[in-house]
Parts: sequence; structure tokens; C-alpha cells
Amino acid sequence: MANGSGAQPYLRIRNVDKFFGGFQALKDVSLDVYPGEFVCFLGPSGCGKTTLLRAIAGLDFQDSGMIEQGGKDISALPPAKRDFGIVFQSYALFPNLTTAENIAYGLVNVGKDKAAIAARVAELVALVSLKGQERKYPAQLSGGQQQRVALARALAMSPGLLLLDEPLSALDARVRLHLRAELKQLQRRIGVTTIMVTHDQEEALAVADRIVVMNHGVIEQVGTPQEIYRAPATAFVADFVGHMNFLPGRIGEEGQVRVGAIALQADLAGTKAASGDQVMVCLRPEDVQVRGLQPRQSNVLQAEITELEFLGSFCRAELRLDVADNLELAADFSINAMRDLNLAIGMSISVALPPDRLRVFDAGTQAHG
Amino acid sequence: MADATVQSPSLQAQRLVRPVAGAEEWAQRLLILLLGTWLLVTVLVPLSVLFRKAAENAQGQFIGLANFAAYFRDPALVQSIYNTLTVALISTFITILLAFGFAYAITRSAIPFRSFFRSIALVPLLAPSLLPGLALVYLFGNQGILKSWLFGHSVYGPIGIVMGEVFFALPHAVMIIVTALSAADQRLYEAAESLRAKPSRIFWTVTLPGCRYGLVSATFVVFTLVFTDFGVPKVIGGQYNVLATDVYRQVIGQFNFQMGAVVGLLLLAPAILSFAVDRLVQRKQVALLSARAVPYQVTRRPRIDAACLILCVLVSIFVLSILGMAVFGSLIKFWPYNLSLTLSKYNLGALGTVGWGALWNSLIMASLVALVGTIIVFCGAYLVEKTKTWPWARSAVHFGAMIPLAVPGLVLGLAYIFFFNAPGNPLNVIYGTMAILVVNTVGHFYTVCHLTAVTALKQVDNEFEAVSASLKVPFYKTFWRVTVPVCLPAILDIAAYYFINAMTTVSAVIFLYSSDTKLLSIAAINTDDAGNTAIACAMGTIIVMVSATARVVQLIASRKLHARTQAWRNR
Repeated sequence: MANGSGAQPYLRIRNVDKFFGGFQALKDVSLDVYPGEFVCFLGPSGCGKTTLLRAIAGLDFQDSGMIEQGGKDISALPPAKRDFGIVFQSYALFPNLTTAENIAYGLVNVGKDKAAIAARVAELVALVSLKGQERKYPAQLSGGQQQRVALARALAMSPGLLLLDEPLSALDARVRLHLRAELKQLQRRIGVTTIMVTHDQEEALAVADRIVVMNHGVIEQVGTPQEIYRAPATAFVADFVGHMNFLPGRIGEEGQVRVGAIALQADLAGTKAASGDQVMVCLRPEDVQVRGLQPRQSNVLQAEITELEFLGSFCRAELRLDVADNLELAADFSINAMRDLNLAIGMSISVALPPDRLRVFDAGTQAHG
Repeated sequence: MADATVQSPSLQAQRLVRPVAGAEEWAQRLLILLLGTWLLVTVLVPLSVLFRKAAENAQGQFIGLANFAAYFRDPALVQSIYNTLTVALISTFITILLAFGFAYAITRSAIPFRSFFRSIALVPLLAPSLLPGLALVYLFGNQGILKSWLFGHSVYGPIGIVMGEVFFALPHAVMIIVTALSAADQRLYEAAESLRAKPSRIFWTVTLPGCRYGLVSATFVVFTLVFTDFGVPKVIGGQYNVLATDVYRQVIGQFNFQMGAVVGLLLLAPAILSFAVDRLVQRKQVALLSARAVPYQVTRRPRIDAACLILCVLVSIFVLSILGMAVFGSLIKFWPYNLSLTLSKYNLGALGTVGWGALWNSLIMASLVALVGTIIVFCGAYLVEKTKTWPWARSAVHFGAMIPLAVPGLVLGLAYIFFFNAPGNPLNVIYGTMAILVVNTVGHFYTVCHLTAVTALKQVDNEFEAVSASLKVPFYKTFWRVTVPVCLPAILDIAAYYFINAMTTVSAVIFLYSSDTKLLSIAAINTDDAGNTAIACAMGTIIVMVSATARVVQLIASRKLHARTQAWRNR
């Protein structure tokens, strides 16, 4: 379902532009979302992700471009004529209504009879595990419980599309981890097409079927969490998602990149840079290899450990490469490796930079490095 | 992106999104138009008529600035400008000095009974502005008990006006400065102390700059209030003419409406200036206190605390003795010859139909103003603050709602004569009725109520409307089921404010009442004019008691609400 092989997109966004005065918040954005998908809009603040979500909801209209939901052009429709449920960062729970009244808010209005409403509310309360909290007011609930009420209320009318605007960011860290797992399970169970806006890349990697990485009003990359993490399409994505080392280099001959004095083997398929061009060579810290080096392995370098930071299950090491001055490389070593190799600050070690893990981008495209 | 090719301009133009306005949005637009029309008819159009009148002769022909030229040729009238400026400047200076000290004492010192002192300073709000004038007659008048304190000077004139105006303006200044001083960040003081700044240096570099906008704002508000006040100079001014009493004499005494309009425009001048300054200042005030600020911690400083306590006690004595003197004056049989107590002055029936009828009129008028005004103000503020349609119209309405703040009551009342009494105006059916008093008073006090409502609405989550739209619930249902209940404390506050101001107001309605709709505050002025100061005191006291009752009812209702329907506020 993730890549929609064969299926018709449920939501089609075409060439959407949005201006706030002279500032362009969305630049020619096009995107397909497939039925039942969980899509995350990921990016730094001001990247346009919330603007795009609000355009989909009709809360702020795009200036041009088309949005189609379920085969129907909804570009110009007011929110009340669209089919979505929404959860805001603030939850926007009605403070003078109880949990049950909040959840029933939309149901009452469509004129269902009392028994049907009560049954639906009970069903939703069970769905979001809020049994026993029905008669409490929002202020009497914890942040996590409030978030569940907001979710139940958004789902009450069985919308075709669930929109979540940073729903977890007001919660403290532990509750957030717990709730995002629940959110994912719940979404899978009821199968509602869901779009969540977040600036937390970890959260996006954990819950999304597909991630839409945005920056400066454009979509940088659309892909599964694995694709985004393993094969970032741009230097921005590489930098924004996960930790990444950026080494300045220059394209040499035959699939080689020169970084300082040495030549690295790398896959150059992803870059249009020609021989002699400035590039950035990227490598994740956990991909720096320190154990099991083969005698004839490529990209083996000498480095000195200048800093070690203990992070629980692994250590982050700062390495100074011998091949060039001022070239630093972050590397994650497992606790096992630390113990087996007796790694310590000041040691000189050999590390390998596996060619298939190196990604090469044109220089000067890095986002916030 | 799949197709990053450049679109041709014509294709781009075709894809421009024109949002479809649903029935709800049209309803909102209609309501905004209604509100705009209301503000136009009740404030802006009458004012523009006033401007035109000032440039016309008695026959209604345009004569440019001839009226102004005539005004400035009359030395007696020009003298009024000097007089008005003199008392306004002196009163403002004294009021701001006292109010700052008082506000400092109740926000920054460790003295006891701070909230009690604060309530005392707000008491004058409950009284019509003629009340301090009456009390001063008893205190320092020709037969006053403290006449010797003035060393032979007469209280009828600038001395009396300044004392009365300080009483009248004090609560306004105290409220503004208390708000400004309350917004203090403890961390600034800790930083200053850790840098070993002396207390006096901290005061000049942290405390004063922190509340300078509040001080500027309070200064202009007080100056405008005093400059345009009618009640105090009417009662205690004697032969000392000021602009406000000039307007009254020109219009009521001499039927010289054109000259009245000229003086009215002069009255408008400082108000417009202070309005502009206030807007400017408020814009700067916004981000003074960040969300992370730590509230100021009061520490004991024996000498400063002692000075603060003395100041608070003196100011309280000043306020209470003026109020008390008015009450006392109403209870004396025949001042100063027979000091035995009597309630006979409260038998308003002795005055014929005017007496109890005036009280009844005041109660009806105040209730209607509270009801009608609160509904219009709150719905209007909701439309401005929470709907998204027609941004230009909403900001125009918001600006229109700010205008009444700059318009003195006398000026608005005069403008109403010109507008509603014009023969061709179909609205002149309400002239001389209760309706025009209600409409005028709602308009006169619109701004403060509007700002109270907007402030309350700003604290309500902005996404309620979005959520209810996503749940297919129309905006008016959410307004009624959520917004109104959540804002109920503010709504009650607005209603009480309207009620009390309608009870105490004199200036605007003095041009507009008829014999059937005479209000108690106006009856008090007329009674005093007729030489019956004691009965005027009784009337003033009744007004204070009704106002106080309204405030107490509002406070009790708010507290009950807090306990019952607002249970959601408590964790």
C-alpha cells in the first residue's frame, strides 16, 4: 500500500502555492497520499508543513494549485464541506464540556438519537482507552489523556482523512514515546488515511508509512522511513534526519572522491557533479567501521580518538583523521566494541568508511550544518 | 517532483483558488456589516455631523472657520482654555504622583491590607463625578467644616476642581499603573542585585523603565478625563469656567449650537492626541513580559514599607472622607445649623414625579445598557477576533470600536443632538426617548468593553472554530455552547461595567434626556443647581449604593460560576 502500486491516490495535491505577503510558504508542491497510509510531513519550523496541512483542511486556502480528496476537487471548499478530523497541538478541547461531551460534540449536531450517540461514544472511549474518564473535564485529565480525547473526537464522525498537527509535541518525553506507538497501532487498526505534521524526525521514522521531508516550502524527498534514512535524496534530508558526518571533498577519477590527501571509493550515482567539482561526502556515525577490518579493504583511515561521549548503549567518538588537518568525524561504537578494543581518548585506531554507506552531494546544499 | 516544468502564466492563472464562501461565512459577513453599521450610526456619523456643524452658521450655511475665529475673539471663552489646561495639568500631576505611589505600595511593598487598599482606590468608580464636588462643598465650602484649611482661599474654583478631579481620576490611574507594575520579572531584580546596584539605582533603571508605558498611558487617560469632565466643575467650579461647562452653557443656556460644536471639537483635541499616543504605547507594551518571567517577590524593606503604608492610609482617608462627607451631608437635617440626623432627604417622592421616577429611569437605562451593550460588544468582539472572513472589514470594525475611547461624553451627546434631532433623519423618532439614552451610553463606553471582550476571547483556543468546522458544527452553536460559557466571567464584568457607568454618567446624557427620561445623576445636578445640595448628596449616595450593589452581585455571581459551571477550571 505504501507506494500505492496500482491503487488510486486518496489525496492528490497538485502545484500548490501559498504566499504570506512576500514570503512564499509553499512552492509548487505536488504529492499523492494513498488510502490507509500514515504519512508524516517532516521539516524544521517554517518549512511549510503546517501550511500544507491547513490547506488540506481548508483552514488556510492555498493561493493556487489543486487539492483532490477521494476523486473530488476540494480546493475551494470551506472546511465544513470537507471530510476530515483534526487534532491540534493544543488539542483545542472544549474546556467546559466533559470527555464524553467533547467526543459527542459533532455527533449531537447531526441529529443522531441518544442511544446511538452513547454507543458511539462508548466505542470511541474504549478505542482510545479512556474508560472511567467520561465525566471528567479536560483540565482534570493528564496531557496524554487530553490528547486521546482530542483523537477520539476527531475520529467520532468517521472521517476519511485524519489530520494531526504536532499532536505529541506538548507531551513529556515518556508519554510521547508511549502514545506514538499507540497512535500507530490505532491507525493501523481502523485504517484511516492519516497525515501527521511533526518536526521530530525520530517520531516520523517511528510511525510513518511514508515521510514527506519539507524545507523552505518545497518537498525535498518522499519515501519510506528506511529510504529517507538510508538513501537521503538531498544534503538537507541527510542532515535533518538522523546524525550525519559531512566531509568536504572534490570529485576525483573513476568513482573516487578526494577528501584532503586521500581518495575514497564512493557511489557517485546520486550526484551530477563532474570531475573536479566540490562535493560533500556524508556518512552516518554508526556506519563507521572499527571491527573486523580486512587487509585489502578500501577506505581505511588512521584516526585519533579526541572525545568519547557515553550514551548508554553506545559511545559517540570524535575522531581526528590523520589524512587532513581539521577533519573531524563522529563515530558510534557499540559498548562491546569499546570493551573489546579498549578504546580510550588519545588512542590511534584504524577505521573504515564503507563505500556503499558513503553518500555524495553537491557542495553548498547542506541545510543547517 | 514529477513535473517541475514551468507553467505558462495563463495556466497558472486558471489554477488560482477562489475559496467558496458557505452560508455560514455569509452569515458572518452580514453580522459584521450590521455591527459596522451600528458603529457608524451610533458614533462615527454623529461625530462627522458635529464637525460640519462647527463650520456652519445658525442658518446652516457653510462659513468655514468663522466660528473658530469668533471663538478666539472672545476673551472669556479663550480664558476657559487656559483654565481647563491649568486644572487638567495640575490634577494630572497630582493624580499620577499619588497613583504611582499607591500602586507601588500595593504591588511592591510588604504592607498589610493591600487588596483592601486597592478596593478603596477603586471606590470613586461607583460615584458620579458630581459627588466629589458636593462633598467638597460640605468640607471646604462657605460653611464647610474644614474651611480654615484653605487659608482664606475659596474652594469654588481651581482648588475645588483639582481636589474633585483627583478623586474622580485616581482609580483609572491606579488600575493602569498597578497593571504595569504587576508585570515585573523577578529575575531582572535578582540580576540587578547580584551586580550590586543600589536600591535607588534599581528603582531608576529597572522599576521605572518597566512601567513607563503604563505611566504614559495613565497620564494621558487622566489628562483626558479631567480635561473633559463636566460633573466636578459644574458643581464646584463657581465662576471658574472650563471648556466642559462652556459647552453646556452655550448649548443649554444660549442655544448657540454652532459655538457648542466649536468648543466640543476643542474638547476632542487632547483625547485624540492621547488616543494616538495610547495606541502607539500599547503596541510597544506587548512583549514586555515573556512567558518565562518569574513573578516579582515582595521583600520587607522597613523604611520604604512605612512610607508606603502612610501614603496608602492618607489616600484612603482622602477617598473615604470625600465619599463619607457626601453620605453624611445627605443625612444632616439642616447644614450647618441643625446637625441632627435624618433620612428625610432620601424621600425623593417629596420632589414630585422627578424623584423616584429618576431612580427608576436610571435603573431601567442601566439595565438596558448592560443587556444590549454586552450582547453587541461580545458578539462584535467575537466576530472581530474569531472569524476569518473579510479581514479588511474586521479590522475596520475593530478600529471603529476604538474611537469612542477618544470621544468625551459631552461631545458625543452634542453630536447626537445634531444627528438624531435633524428633521430629515428617520432615526429622530428615538430622540427624547429612553432608546437614545441607551444607544448613546452603549456607544460612549464601547471601547473598554470591547477590549475586555477581545482580551477574554484571545485566551480562548484559536482552533475551536476549526475543530467545530471539521465536526460539521456551525460556528454559532460553538459560540453558544463553548465560547460564551468559557467567557462568562468577562461577560459579567462587561455587564457590570456598563451598568455602573450608565448609573453614574452625566456628560453624554445631559443633552439627551427629556422630562420623561430624566436620570438620577442628572436630577442630582439639577437639584444642586436649585440650591438643594443635601438632596443632591442623597441622590449621589443612592447611585453609589446601586453601583456598589451591582459590583457585589457581579462578584458573587462570578464566584458562584467559578464554583459551579466553571468546575472545569479547577483541577
